[in-house]
Amino acid sequence: MALDTPVRQDPGLASSDPKASDAAPARIALVGNPNSGKTALFNALTGSRQKVANYAGVTVERKEGVLTTPAGRQMRVLDLPGTYSLRARSPDEVVTRDAVLGRLAGEAAPEALICVADATNLRLVLRLVLELKRVGRPFVLALNMYDIAQRQGLRIDLERLSREIGAPIVTTVATRKRGLSELLEQVERLVVPRGDAVDSVWREPSAAEIRAAHAEAQRIFKACVKPPERPDTMTGKVDGVLLHPVAGLAILLTLLFVMFQAVFTWAKIPADAMDHLFGAFGAWTAAHLPPGLLASFVSDGLIAGVGSVLVFLPQILILFFFILMLEDSGYMARAAFLMDKIMGGAGLHGRAFIPLLSSFACAIPGIMSTRVIDNRHDRLTTILVAPLMTCSARIPVYGLIISAFIPPRTVYGVLSLQGLVMFGLYAAGIVSALLVSFVIRRVFWRGAVEPFMMELPTYRWPEPRNLLMNLWTRARIFLERAGRIILPLMVLVWVLSTFPYPPPGATGPAIDYSIAGRIGHLVEPLMRPIGFNWQMTVALVPGFAAREVAVATLGTVYAVGGDADSHAALSTLLQHQWSLATALSFLAWYVFAPQCAATLGVVKRETNGWLWPSVMFAYMLTLAYIASFVTYHVAVALGAG
Amino acid sequence: MSEAFALSPDFNSAESRAEVPRSLGLARRGDRGVIVKVTGVSGAAEAIDAQELERRLLEMGFVEGARIEVLHEGLFGRDPIAVRVDDTRVALRRREAGAVAVKFDGR
Repeated sequence: MALDTPVRQDPGLASSDPKASDAAPARIALVGNPNSGKTALFNALTGSRQKVANYAGVTVERKEGVLTTPAGRQMRVLDLPGTYSLRARSPDEVVTRDAVLGRLAGEAAPEALICVADATNLRLVLRLVLELKRVGRPFVLALNMYDIAQRQGLRIDLERLSREIGAPIVTTVATRKRGLSELLEQVERLVVPRGDAVDSVWREPSAAEIRAAHAEAQRIFKACVKPPERPDTMTGKVDGVLLHPVAGLAILLTLLFVMFQAVFTWAKIPADAMDHLFGAFGAWTAAHLPPGLLASFVSDGLIAGVGSVLVFLPQILILFFFILMLEDSGYMARAAFLMDKIMGGAGLHGRAFIPLLSSFACAIPGIMSTRVIDNRHDRLTTILVAPLMTCSARIPVYGLIISAFIPPRTVYGVLSLQGLVMFGLYAAGIVSALLVSFVIRRVFWRGAVEPFMMELPTYRWPEPRNLLMNLWTRARIFLERAGRIILPLMVLVWVLSTFPYPPPGATGPAIDYSIAGRIGHLVEPLMRPIGFNWQMTVALVPGFAAREVAVATLGTVYAVGGDADSHAALSTLLQHQWSLATALSFLAWYVFAPQCAATLGVVKRETNGWLWPSVMFAYMLTLAYIASFVTYHVAVALGAG
Repeated sequence: MSEAFALSPDFNSAESRAEVPRSLGLARRGDRGVIVKVTGVSGAAEAIDAQELERRLLEMGFVEGARIEVLHEGLFGRDPIAVRVDDTRVALRRREAGAVAVKFDGR
C-alpha cells in the first residue's frame, strides 16, 4: 500500500499553542472485531452527526461523527473497519491498522481508542486488546452487549480484567444507549493533553508471537471470566436448521426469492410515483420557462437526470433493508457458508455473494460492497462480473421488447411465456457471470484460491433504530456516488442529443441531426450484422448514460414521445418496424452490453484507474456483439427474420 | 514445523481414531477433539504462504489446546465446514482445515 510512510503532525507545533489544542476537538477511534456492535456504538455516540467519505487515496469508507461528552467537550469519532488483528489483510483492515498507528496519510493520529468487544465473545478480542496495549496508544475497553452477558449469567471480573489489560473498562449496551456517559468520562480522562505524542511501536507478529499472545489472552480469560450459567443455545438450534445442507439451501433460496419479490413489487409504487412526479415537474418547467434551450436543459437534462438517479432509490432502499437485516441478525455469514461451494466452483469467493446480490438492483452499490473481499484477484473478478447481473435499469427495456414481441400466452397451463422469457434473461445474466468468472480464474488468474474463513456470529434480533440509521447512511452514499456520476452524464447526453439543431425545414426527429444521431448513423453499418437498424443504434448512445434511457430515446427517434403513456404506442410501432429476430438480438445485447457509464465510473473509482473499466467495457461489448450476432442469425435461420 | 503431518494410514479404524492426530480437513460432523498442531500447510495450493495461513488460523482461534467440534457440513462434497473452536463458531473450507491437526475423542 502507498500508505507506509508515516505522516504525523509535528508534536512541537501542536503543543506550542495550548489554546489551539483546547479548541480543536479531540479525535478518538473505535476499533473492534466484526460483529462486536461497534457500528451500533458509533451510532449511539454520534446520532445523526455523521459524515461518510473516503480515505485519501484508498476506496475505504471513512465514517466520522461528532459527539459531545457529559462535560460539554466536543470530540470527533472515527468508526474503523472491524478486524481481528492489526495484521491487515484487506484494504479495510489496512486502514484500521494505519489509523490506530497514526500512519494514515492526511489523518491525525487519534488521541485515544475505544476498543469495542462483544462481552459474550471475549476470547478472540482479548488478543486484539493485547496488541493494542503494545501499540501504546491510550484506550478504553467497552464491553458491549453487556445486557446479554448478564442474561446469560456470564460473570466477568471487571476489576481484574482492567488490571490485566492495563486499561479502563466500561460496560455498555449500545442499542439501549446504556453506559455511554461512563464511557465518555473515561475517554475524557484519557485524552488529557500530553506534552509529547505517543510513539506507536508495532510490527507484524510472527506465528510464535501470536501463539504467545493467545496463551496470555487465554490466561486472562480464564482468570477473569466465569463461563455463563445459561449459555446461548438458540444459535445452535437455529443453525441446525439454517445450516442444514439441504434445508438450509432451500431456505436461503426462498429468502432470496422473497427479497426479489419485495424489491420489484414494493418498490414499484414509489418508483412509479417518483417517475411521474419528475415527468410532471419536467413538463411543468418546460411549460413555464420560455421555450428554447434553457427549458430543454432544465426539463430534459437536469430534472430527468436527477429523476433517473432517484427512481432507483426505492429499490435500493428495500434491497439494503434486507441486506442489513441479514447482516445484523448474523445470517449473512451463514449465506456465505451455504453459497461458498457453488460460488467457488465458478472461481468466486463466498463473500462475493453479497455484492452480486446487490447488483440485481444496481451494479453500483454491488461494486462498492466488494470491499469486504480481501484478495485482489477475487475482488476484481467480482467487480468484473457484477454488471452481468440483471440490474433494475434493464427491466424497462426488457419489459418493452417482451410486451411487444412475446405473445401473452400460457405454456404448460400455468407459466406465462412472457414471464419465462424474463426469467430466461435473468438466468442468462447469472450463468454468464459464473462462466466469465470461471474463465477469469481458470485461464487468466489460475491457481491459488484465497482461504475462506469466517466467524459465524451469534444470532441477534436486529435493532430497528440502528438498522434505520445504517440504511440512511447507505442510501446517502449511493445518492452521492451515483448522483455525482449519473447527473453530469445525463447533462452530457442531453448536450449530445440536442446539438447541433436540425436544419430549418427538417422532417425527421431532431435527435437525428444531433451528435448522438450522427454517432448512431456512423456505427450503424457495424451493427447491421446483428440485425440493428439506425434507430436502435441512435437509441444506444444515450442509453450509455443509463440503460432505461434507451426506451425514452426509441420513443423520440420513432417520434411517438418518450413518456409512459406512449409506451403502448411505441410497443405497437416496434412490432411493425422490427422483426422478431431483431427484437431478440436487442434483448441479447442488453444482457451483456456495458450500457452504463456510471458503472464504469464506479469501477474506475474502486480500482483507482482506467485499466479495469476498459477491460470491463471491452469484454462486455465483445460478449454482447457475439451474443446478438448468434441470436439474430439463429432466429433468422429459424424463420423469425 | 513446516512439514504437513502424516495421515494415519488406517485412520478409519476405531482404535487409531482416538490416538493418532488427524487432519481437521477430514473430520465429519459431530467429531470432537483437541487441536494438537496448527502448521499452515494445508496440502493444497494456497493463495497465501504457509506462514500467513498459520497466522490467520491462529487469529481465528485455531490454536494448540483449543477444543474443537465439527457442527455442520456443506451440501456439495461436505464442504465447507462449520466448527466450534472453544466457544467461537467458525466456517472454513476443508482445504484450509487440512492445516489443523486434531486429536479426536474416542467413541
